[in-house]
Amino acid sequence: MSWSLLLVQTLNGLQFGILLFLIAAGLTLVFGVMDFINLAHGVQYMLGAYFGASLAAATGSFWLGLLLALPAALAAGLLLEFLVFRHLYDRDHLAQVLATFGVILFVNQGVKLVWGAAPLHMPIPPLLEGGVEVMPGLQYPIYRLAILAAGLAAALLLWFLVDRTRAGMLVRAGATNPEMVSALGVDIRRLFMLVFGFGAMLAGFAGVMAAPILSVEPGMGDAPLILAFVVIVIGGIGSIRGAFVAALLVGLMDALGRAVVPDLMRLFLAPSSARQAGAAIASMLVYVLMAAVLAFRPAGLFPVRTG
Amino acid sequence: MTTPRLDRRQLLATAAAFGLAAPRVARAQAQAVRIGFVAVLTGPQAALGTQLRDGFQQGLRHLDGKLGGRPAEVVVIDDELKPDVAVTKIRAAIERDKVDFVVGVVFSNILQAVFRPVTESNTFLISTNAGPSPFAGRGCHPLFFATSYNNDQVHATMGQVARDEGYKRVFILVPNYQAGRDAVAGFKSRFQGEVVDEVYVPLTQLDFSAELARIAAVRPDALFTFMPGGLGVNLVRQYRQAGLANIPFLSTFTVDEATLPAQGEAALGFLHAAVWAPNLDNEQNRRFVRDFEAQYGYVPATYAAQSYDGAMLLDSAIRKVDGNLADKAALRRALEAADFRSVRGNFRFGPNHYPVQDFWLCRVARRPDGKFQTEAVRKVLENNADPHVGECRMRPA
Repeated sequence: MSWSLLLVQTLNGLQFGILLFLIAAGLTLVFGVMDFINLAHGVQYMLGAYFGASLAAATGSFWLGLLLALPAALAAGLLLEFLVFRHLYDRDHLAQVLATFGVILFVNQGVKLVWGAAPLHMPIPPLLEGGVEVMPGLQYPIYRLAILAAGLAAALLLWFLVDRTRAGMLVRAGATNPEMVSALGVDIRRLFMLVFGFGAMLAGFAGVMAAPILSVEPGMGDAPLILAFVVIVIGGIGSIRGAFVAALLVGLMDALGRAVVPDLMRLFLAPSSARQAGAAIASMLVYVLMAAVLAFRPAGLFPVRTG
Repeated sequence: MTTPRLDRRQLLATAAAFGLAAPRVARAQAQAVRIGFVAVLTGPQAALGTQLRDGFQQGLRHLDGKLGGRPAEVVVIDDELKPDVAVTKIRAAIERDKVDFVVGVVFSNILQAVFRPVTESNTFLISTNAGPSPFAGRGCHPLFFATSYNNDQVHATMGQVARDEGYKRVFILVPNYQAGRDAVAGFKSRFQGEVVDEVYVPLTQLDFSAELARIAAVRPDALFTFMPGGLGVNLVRQYRQAGLANIPFLSTFTVDEATLPAQGEAALGFLHAAVWAPNLDNEQNRRFVRDFEAQYGYVPATYAAQSYDGAMLLDSAIRKVDGNLADKAALRRALEAADFRSVRGNFRFGPNHYPVQDFWLCRVARRPDGKFQTEAVRKVLENNADPHVGECRMRPA
């Protein structure tokens, strides 16, 4: 494998990691601050993509679509919180898992009723079309670099909000000791709603950004959700910094694993079985990483709760 | 249990849609032919099932809601792409709704699950899409017919194309499951050059950038891929964005009318092998495509065309036996005769009840009205029988 190929795969990994981070950030906050398992978080990502694709088609502009999709995703998140999730905070995890799984089925089906079962198409904005030639014959799409930049900007913004503002301080405090925060006179319900809506919007943002390169279809949020859970478990539940590092780790592991493992297997297996075994092992790598991290640091890389 | 109620409602809705609920039929005593139509109508692959169902209903519409002169009633069954669900629902359709035929089925794994329950109840099973190899060979059955194809043939068609075009080095990219491995075997059965690399990706893959970088590094003469549904949408767009579109894109079940609305311009000029294309030039087909689009507002794919042929096949067979469905042997002979005009032109059944037909190389094109469709470029295989027919020992009628 050449250096340029390695560079491309690293870029791919980072870009996938950034998308994962946008989804996982909301998830880890909701899980960490509210101790609420929200399986329906992937649905927010899907809704973001659908809002983005249909609003972009209606307005004829990617940017307007993106701009309008964010409040729409926020509203959808708050609506779900108000209708369903709010009634689950005091229940145990099993009830939360069951109810939010129900929400996944419900919304996936609802999306199909509204937009139909066929995948939607969202074009890349003209400004970000084209690519940079990173190795002979392979264009690296500018749009993917833009995703990388937008994700990093979102991560910075998030760091600022959580680390440097009063609301962020409350969120951090809530993640460590919710009872104490509540006893100090903070309306914890409102804080929860704020966190929830913001998490939903981030996932929606990831959805809009992913829409031009991935297929916008019912159930598209289910696969990233699983990886997002892996990310927050590796990173430490409730930790934004942990989610960021873990998302990049998972993204890199996934991309480089897929690139390198089949070649490695070829050293000691027949070519055709090496390809199939390599593919199987590459898709397991992320979970192996999770198991390894959990074995040495059961609370994740950046544990929040210490008591 | 809510399922039976749902089915009954669907039955009524379908019957009403064809105007069958109204006492318009003069001979009210003429008993209806009951069809259990199975398709996946929920989940990510629902677009394919919708095509399958709409194609069949368009067929019935052209037949004035009748099959062989008898009114038709359709019970639509959503298999949810879950074999156990499909079996339960189909058992109910056979035992409670007393369907005379089970028709449809998009995916091979569903067909394999329902095959025994249907045939053991002495009911005809007519697949309008799934065409797994076992039922074409050793497992062929007098009550089973396929109006589609055997999967191997479609992949082999692309292998033949690669050979005809003189491609020396081909890169293969498929999902890592049985159908993906079958695709590779089918392609290799006719391709004679070198396979520079075979890459297997998980069925849940979203991002192909790692594989695309690999393709760019190898610079093959052509890519062969089989990426059904959403997988294909992602691959096609990313392939175009990566600037690889100058490497010929040979595919099966990857760019068709079910996914083209989402692939759009990215798929322009990409190649695909099929038994049918919307632009096949025969009178049956022109009428089918025109009326289908007027009714449903989208371009039909092979799924719809094969289902439409399924309706025509049933109509011809029931007419041949004068509506007498009790004599299974006569009905079977009538089905074997396939005495109808297919939208594909050439069509007849081989001894294993799989079609002997032509296979086309198709290219994605934009129509004057801005919609995308696949267009037949040339006939690759003529009157082709599947490779398993020799293994079938069909019980004589």
